Amino acid sequence: MIVVLSRSMTILLLLKVFFCFSAVSHSQITRLYSRFHSLDKGENGALSREDFQRIPELAINPLGDRIINAFFPEGEDQVNFRGFMRTLAHFRPVEDNEKNKDPNSGEPLNSRNNKLLFAFRLYDLDRDDKISRDELLQVLRMMVGVNISDEQLGSIADRTIQEADTNGDMSISFSEFIKVLEKVDVEQKMSIRFLH
Amino acid sequence: LFLSYLFPFDGLLCMLLGISFTLWFTLLLIFIIVPAVFGVSFGIRRLYMKSLLKIFEWATLRMERGAREKNQQLYKPYSNGIIAKELVSLEQEIQEVRRSGIPAPEPEFDMSDIFSFCRRGVESIVDDEVTKRFTAEELESWNLLTRSNYNFHHISTRLTVLWGVGVLVRYAILLPLRVTLAFTGVGLLVVLTSLIGLLPNGWVKSSLSEKAHLMCYRICVRALTAIITYHDSENKPKNGGICVANHTSPIDVIILASDGCYAMVGQVHGGLMGVIQRAMLKACPHIWFERSEVKDRHLVAKRLSDHVADKTKLPILIFPEGTCINNTSVMMFKKGSFEIGCTVYPVAIKYDPRFGDAFWNSSKFGMVNYLLHMMSSWGVVCSVWYLPPMRREEGEDAVQFANRVKAAIARKGGLADLLWDGGLKREKVKKVFKEEQQKMYSKVLVGTAACFWAFTHCALSETILCTLLHDKSR
Repeated sequence: MIVVLSRSMTILLLLKVFFCFSAVSHSQITRLYSRFHSLDKGENGALSREDFQRIPELAINPLGDRIINAFFPEGEDQVNFRGFMRTLAHFRPVEDNEKNKDPNSGEPLNSRNNKLLFAFRLYDLDRDDKISRDELLQVLRMMVGVNISDEQLGSIADRTIQEADTNGDMSISFSEFIKVLEKVDVEQKMSIRFLH
Repeated sequence: LFLSYLFPFDGLLCMLLGISFTLWFTLLLIFIIVPAVFGVSFGIRRLYMKSLLKIFEWATLRMERGAREKNQQLYKPYSNGIIAKELVSLEQEIQEVRRSGIPAPEPEFDMSDIFSFCRRGVESIVDDEVTKRFTAEELESWNLLTRSNYNFHHISTRLTVLWGVGVLVRYAILLPLRVTLAFTGVGLLVVLTSLIGLLPNGWVKSSLSEKAHLMCYRICVRALTAIITYHDSENKPKNGGICVANHTSPIDVIILASDGCYAMVGQVHGGLMGVIQRAMLKACPHIWFERSEVKDRHLVAKRLSDHVADKTKLPILIFPEGTCINNTSVMMFKKGSFEIGCTVYPVAIKYDPRFGDAFWNSSKFGMVNYLLHMMSSWGVVCSVWYLPPMRREEGEDAVQFANRVKAAIARKGGLADLLWDGGLKREKVKKVFKEEQQKMYSKVLVGTAACFWAFTHCALSETILCTLLHDKSR
């Protein structure tokens, strides 16, 4: 535990410098570092995909693999604590931003737009900023398993794209995605509140 | 010349050592071993516990004061969860988006469904119900052990001194004392049970065996400085039944066996454990399985039923979780012992975490390491509740019965009642649970349409039936 804490002090400083995490309290960062450390079975300061899959509640989530993927940048299989915090920062409640009004910090990671972008990337399997019919089908297949036939799933995908697509390219771009979900309370659905 | 100086000191030193050893052993005998033999207590341990608690509270206050001076907050662990989770189930959350009640002609997919799955997934990454049960529980107040300190930078000089004194007391005084007692206890157990094994079977043998077992386990309890409070002793397990308890560490066995006699169940080991097992077997019947026999569920069940059917044999002690859990929750009970169909005596064991964590993290520490940890900590304080006996009811299968017993134990011990399998400590979760989630979502998507389809299907088949009957009657 001593090692963990001294590392957390340096990490804390690191984070404060690089990422305006001053809105996240010291105790929250320590708690998340403690969690990161307990998930890191290999004790090498980074998490692999297996480390995430060891969480039973995540392993039974139909979109578990897509969520795990969101933590890993393109082409890498290890995520360090900075990356871990960066991804989790998307889920900070929007009210927290009131405490940290810094006009030079740019759009915070937990803005409505960035939360929607996170969800968009869950659908966008090849990271080409478009959700094609194929990608939508694949994600739907993950969510329903074997319980719905290919034809039915195909018609669901077609209808969804039809409703969302405004420029006729048979795929959903990010702006079309935002338009479809403009009435949804994204801030509430994609936020995680700390109890303390 | 130098050597000649040593000689008088040498004699003096030997004499001093001799006297201190005799004194040590006499004190040990009077204050610990003799009361253990007769089952009485001087109350020294409780006094010790009370004074320690006062010291811990003082230490925590000092740390809080130190933290406040530096304008920071102490790291306080919260075992009830660190994030606020939705109380609504996933199914309900997804249903809320859809029209309620009216069956829709086509399946409705909403792109926002993904938000619910996504948030729950990330919530489980930040704090999940299962993996935290397999590591030691975090303590709210500091108990002067380095291994349980999270606020290392808030310790003042005074606290450091106190901690240093604590280390001295624990390693120089308590540890040797406890190790001596442990060896005495185990040694006596082996010797006495082997001797009793020479007697012919009968009332004398079982009575003596009972006394010998109790005495040795009591010495072992004192070797750990365990302060145990037994509640509801009128519900103590009787012959012909099975005693089930939640499992936190191998010490559970010693705690329960020092208050009653049980037949143990387990795998045959080699080495010292094997010697102890064989000796115990001579005095009274325990159930030891060979490694190969453990896989054969029918064999296991048969041996257990045979033992239970014989009313002269002691109640069996079983830990249905199958593995050690960190004493904040009770995990899935394996149904094997609940299929036998005899009376089950549930027991709840709750350790007081303020004195030291009793949980054995078998993936991190071996048995010897763990015992050393336990013997060099302040002690073990726990409460044992004997719950009223339960039997399987009509129409209840083994799994439901197991869950009912588990809920009763969790309620009494103040532990969380989880449906997750303790085996998840080492194994991956079964795919069938993911498939259940997928089935649930499919039902929400298609369920409303399926209702409509089913309705039309029924109407259609009814008309066909009517036509057929009509034809027949003509």
